[in-house]
Amino acid sequence: MRRLLYLLPVAVFAVLALFFLRGLSLNPRDLPSVLIDRPVPEMALPPLPGRGPDTGLATADLKGRVSLVNIFGSWCIACVQEHPFLMRIKQSGAVPIHGIDWRDDPAEGAKWLKKNGDPYERVGADPAPGRAAIDFGVTGAPETFIVDKAGIIRYKHIGPVTREAWDKTLLPIIRELETK
Amino acid sequence: MRRLLLILACLTAFAGPAIAADPSEMLKDPALESRAQHLGKELRCLVCQSESIEDSNADLARDLRVIVRERIQSGESDDQVMQYVVDRYGDYVLLRPPFKASTLVLWVGPFALLLAGLAAAAAFYRRRTNAAPPPPPLSAEEKRRLEALLKDHPPS
Repeated sequence: MRRLLYLLPVAVFAVLALFFLRGLSLNPRDLPSVLIDRPVPEMALPPLPGRGPDTGLATADLKGRVSLVNIFGSWCIACVQEHPFLMRIKQSGAVPIHGIDWRDDPAEGAKWLKKNGDPYERVGADPAPGRAAIDFGVTGAPETFIVDKAGIIRYKHIGPVTREAWDKTLLPIIRELETK
Repeated sequence: MRRLLLILACLTAFAGPAIAADPSEMLKDPALESRAQHLGKELRCLVCQSESIEDSNADLARDLRVIVRERIQSGESDDQVMQYVVDRYGDYVLLRPPFKASTLVLWVGPFALLLAGLAAAAAFYRRRTNAAPPPPPLSAEEKRRLEALLKDHPPS
């Protein structure tokens, strides 16, 4: 029994080591969003120039259907990488995608969409200091939120939406939400 | 050389902490500005993660600095401003984690471990002193032998 007591420090060390080992393999950028299961923040963002009069993004636009809200900007390099896949989602008609042109000159955002293709149904301009994006708890672009029919945020994807993330995570969540 | 050191020491004494906020962001009222800086130092920059928004040059940190100042100027209390940021980014944004049930291990853990270690050490030493009572004084026979030994082999 006394012998076992001497092993106690080793056991404590092992538990700590396990915790730290797990901490090392976690990505510090994958922060849990506090907005999951909360309604979309109040917003009424103006449209980008040249996209038509009623194409801005307001809270009420996100009710009635499952939809994606994608945070992008003409300055954002990872968004260029993500863009072709968003175009394919649009072509597939799986789910409407709305955009928030974050920390951007709206004219630059419009130009960027003209050049790279426009996968969005509605796009709201959110120039610096990016109040709408901060209301969404955005930490960087691109980020993509899944919003359910009632306008509740159900999932947040950080970084470019890849084929793998779409097939494994996002699309199943969207399908599930659509049945509700 | 000594004079040079003295000058350096004087200069460093006047060097304030580096602040990323550029003067155009700062509030005119120094009392409000110092509140804003105080809050900003408690808030984590979510891009660089180990810097406060007051120290960071990241765009998001700059946006948050601006918004913190707007809210202070609109008359919100420090708690209201902090709550605004926590509502959007969670407790993670606080450089000093709050004391609550989910962070109990974090706050109490090190002290609990230290106390446990001290208790274990105390028990160990007490047991050892109890287990080994002082040896009885030497008998006359033993004293004679000791003296004989010392005479043959004087301690150097």
